[in-house]
Amino acid sequence: MTNVDLARVEFAFVTINHFFFVPITIGLGFLTALLQTVWYRTKRDEYLRLTRFFGTLLVINVAIGVVTGIVQEFQFGMNWGAYSRLVGNIFGAPLAMEGLAAFFLESTFLGLWLFGWDKLPRRTHLATIWLVFAGSVLSGAFIMAANSWMQHPVGYVMVNGKPQLNDIWALFTNPVFVWGYSKVVFVALTTGSVIMLAVSAWQLRHGGDREVFTRSARLALIVLVPAILFTLLVGDELGVIEGKYQPMKIAAAEAQWTTCQPCSFSLFQIGGGNNDQTPTQIIEIPHLLSLLATNHWNGKVVGLNPLQSQYASQYGPGNYVPNVFIQYWSMRAMAYLGALVLLISVWGLWLLRRKKLATSRVFLWVAVWAAVLPFVMNTAGWLLTESGRQPWIVQGIMLTKNGISPTLSTTWLWISLITFVLLYGVLATVDLLLMLRYSREQLPPPRTEADADAPVAAVLY
Amino acid sequence: MIPFWYIVIAILWTGFFVLEGFDFGVGMLHAVIGTDEAGRRAAINTIGPLWDGNEVWLIVAAAAMFAAFPGWYATMFSAYNLVLVLLLASLIVRGVAFEYRGKRDAARWRRTWDVLLTVGSLLAPLLFGVALAGLLHGLPINSAQNFTGSFWDLFQPYALFTGVTLVLICLLHGATFLCLKTTDAMRERSWQVARRVAPVTGAAVIAFIIWTHVTAGTTFFLNVIELLAVLAVIAAVMLVYAHREGFAFAATAVTIASCILALFVDLYPNVMVSSTSKAYNLTVHNTASPGYSLKVMTVVVIILLPVVLAYQTWTYYVFRRRVSKQEFQPSTPSSAPSPEAAPGAEPTPRPAAPSSRPGS
Repeated sequence: MTNVDLARVEFAFVTINHFFFVPITIGLGFLTALLQTVWYRTKRDEYLRLTRFFGTLLVINVAIGVVTGIVQEFQFGMNWGAYSRLVGNIFGAPLAMEGLAAFFLESTFLGLWLFGWDKLPRRTHLATIWLVFAGSVLSGAFIMAANSWMQHPVGYVMVNGKPQLNDIWALFTNPVFVWGYSKVVFVALTTGSVIMLAVSAWQLRHGGDREVFTRSARLALIVLVPAILFTLLVGDELGVIEGKYQPMKIAAAEAQWTTCQPCSFSLFQIGGGNNDQTPTQIIEIPHLLSLLATNHWNGKVVGLNPLQSQYASQYGPGNYVPNVFIQYWSMRAMAYLGALVLLISVWGLWLLRRKKLATSRVFLWVAVWAAVLPFVMNTAGWLLTESGRQPWIVQGIMLTKNGISPTLSTTWLWISLITFVLLYGVLATVDLLLMLRYSREQLPPPRTEADADAPVAAVLY
Repeated sequence: MIPFWYIVIAILWTGFFVLEGFDFGVGMLHAVIGTDEAGRRAAINTIGPLWDGNEVWLIVAAAAMFAAFPGWYATMFSAYNLVLVLLLASLIVRGVAFEYRGKRDAARWRRTWDVLLTVGSLLAPLLFGVALAGLLHGLPINSAQNFTGSFWDLFQPYALFTGVTLVLICLLHGATFLCLKTTDAMRERSWQVARRVAPVTGAAVIAFIIWTHVTAGTTFFLNVIELLAVLAVIAAVMLVYAHREGFAFAATAVTIASCILALFVDLYPNVMVSSTSKAYNLTVHNTASPGYSLKVMTVVVIILLPVVLAYQTWTYYVFRRRVSKQEFQPSTPSSAPSPEAAPGAEPTPRPAAPSSRPGS
C-alpha cells in the first residue's frame, strides 16, 4: 500500500468508528432529554427511572464519542498536512467554531447533568440535558459545514492558486450542507430511537417492567417513524444536489458508464466495478434513477465515461472515476436498510395502535436485532459520500494524493494505523459489552412516596 | 490581527494546562491519595464533573491553530505524528477510564482502569511538554515548511526535561487541588504528597525557566513572565509548607500558567524554529491565515469565549463542595461490600437475577 492508501484507510477507520458513537450521542441525548422533560412535567416516577436507565447508556457512548473526537481534530494535521496547510483558513474556521460553540457546551453541561442531580434546581437540571443535546447537535452543524465544503467548495476566491475564504455565510448556506446536515440530524434521531426501541424490546421479551418499557418503546417509535421517513426523503434530495455538483458520485452509485435519459435503477448487479463496464443488471426499475438523481421522470444522468473525458480536459490527464464497486453497493446498502428500518417502524406503530406491542414476540425479536441496522446504514452512507468524492480531497481544488503530509514515512503510518486499530478495537468491544450489560439491567427501583420530593442522587464515578 | 491570534492560542493552551493540569495530577495521584476503593472514588469524583469540559480547551487550542495558523498546525502535527498518536492513546484511555471503571463491580476491572488512568495521566503532560518544547528548541524543517527529521529528533534533552517538568507541576497542582477538595485523612495525605513533591517541582521549574531562557537566547535577563514563573513556584513551595490551601493552589495555577506562557513568549514571533536554517523558521507571519478568516474567527472568539468562561466558572461554583470519602462507603455494613451501593451510584446492581432472563 502507498502512503496515501494507508492514510486513507486510517482516516476511514477512525472516522467510521467515531461515527458509531456520534449518532447515538445525538439521538439518545434527544430521547433522554425528552424522557426527563416528561418526568419534569408529570412527576411520574417511571419517567425518572427511564431517564436514568437510558442516561446510563447515553453516557457509556458519550465517553468514547468525546475521546475519539480528539483524534478527529488532530488527524488532519497529523496525516494530511498539505491539505491542512492549503485549506486551513477555510476548513479550520468551522472546526474552531465547533470547539468554542459546541464542544464546550456539550462537555461542560454533561458534567453538570451527571453530577448535578442533587445540586441543581429541577428546572435548571432539566436545562442541562437539553444543552448537552444542543451542543452535540450544534457540533454536527459545524463539522458538516466543513465536510460539505470539501464536497462542494463555496465562499472562497483563488489567490495565487490557493483558496481563500471570502464569505463565511456561504459555508452555512451551501446546499450540500443544508441537506447533508439535515440528513445527519435525522440519521442520528433514527439511530438513537432504534437503540431505545431495541433495548425496550429486549426488556419486554425478558421480563423487564412491561408497563414502563412499553412507554419507552412507544416514545422511540413516535420519534423513529418521522425520523427515518425524513432520512429517506432528505437523502433523496441530497442525492439530487450531489448529482448536480458531484455528478461522478451519483453516476458511480448506479455504475452508469454511458449517459442515459431516462435512466433505470437496478436492484442488484452481478459483476461491475471499475474494470467491468457491462455488469449484468438484475431487475431494472425504469425511470427510478432519473427520479432519484434529478427529481424528473425523464431526467438525464451523464455517464462516467463522458464525465471522465470532460474532467480530463478540464483538470488535466488522470483518472477521475471513484471506486464504482463501493459506490454501487454502499448506495444500495444504505437505501435498502433505510427502507427496512421504515418498514419495521411502521409495523411497530401498527402494533402499538392495536396495543399488541408488548406481546408480539416476533416483532420484539426483530426490533432487538434492528439495532445493528442504523450502524451499517450510516457507514454505507459515509462510504458513499466520501469515497464518491475521490480522487478529490476537495472537489475540483485538490487531489487526495496531494493532500498528505509529504515527509511522513510509511513506517510511521503503519505504526499509527495499527495503534488505532488495536485501541479502537478494544474500546469498541468494551463499549459494546457495557452497552449490552446495562441494556439488560433492571430499571432503577421506584422511589417511595416519601422520597418523591427529595432530590435525586447524582451519578458519580 | 496576527499577533492577537497568537495571543489567543497561547491563552487557550495556558487555560488547558491550568485546568487539565490538576486533572492530570489527580489522575496520577488518585491511587496514592485514595488508599482504598472509597478513597479512590472520592479522589476521582473531585474532578468528575470538570475534567471533560477542561479537556475541550485542548481541542479548541488545536482547532484555533488550524484555523488561524494552518501552516503551523500542519507542520507541527505532522512532525509530531507518532508522539501525538501516543498522546491521543493516553488521553483516550484516561478519558474512558473515568467513565468505565465504576461500570463493573469487579476488583480486577477497576484495578485495570486505575492503572490506565494513572499511566495516561502521566504520559499526557510528558508528551505535551516534549511537543511544546520542540517548537522553541527547533526541529529539522526544510524550506517548504516540512519536517525532515526522524522520530528521535523529537526527543531532545530540553524537550524531555520540559516534559518531566510539566509532569511535576501537574503533580503538585493536582496535590494542592486535592487538598482543597477532599476531607480528613485524604486531605492530610494530599498535604503530605504536596510537601514531598513541592521542592522537586520548584527546582525543576527554575531549571526549566533558565534552560528555556538560554534556548531562546534573546536577552541576558529573564523577562517578566519567566520571572513570574520562578516567583510563583517559590511561592507555591512556601505556601505548601505553610499549609495555606487556597493560596497554594492559586500559586501552582500561576506556576503552570506562567511556564506555558513563558514558552510562548520566548517563541514569538516564531512558531516553530528550524534547526536546519534560521531562514526556514515558521513564524506567525508565514503560517497565518489571510485577514478575512482571522477577522471572522475574531468575532467568534470575542463573542463565545466570555460565554464559555461564564458557564465554566458557574460549573466550578456548583461543584465547589469538598468530596468526602464517606459518600462512597458501602451504605449498610451488612450488604455486599459493593461500593456501587453508595448513594447515587450507577443503577444499583440487581439483587438476584430473575430466572426468566436467559442469556443475560
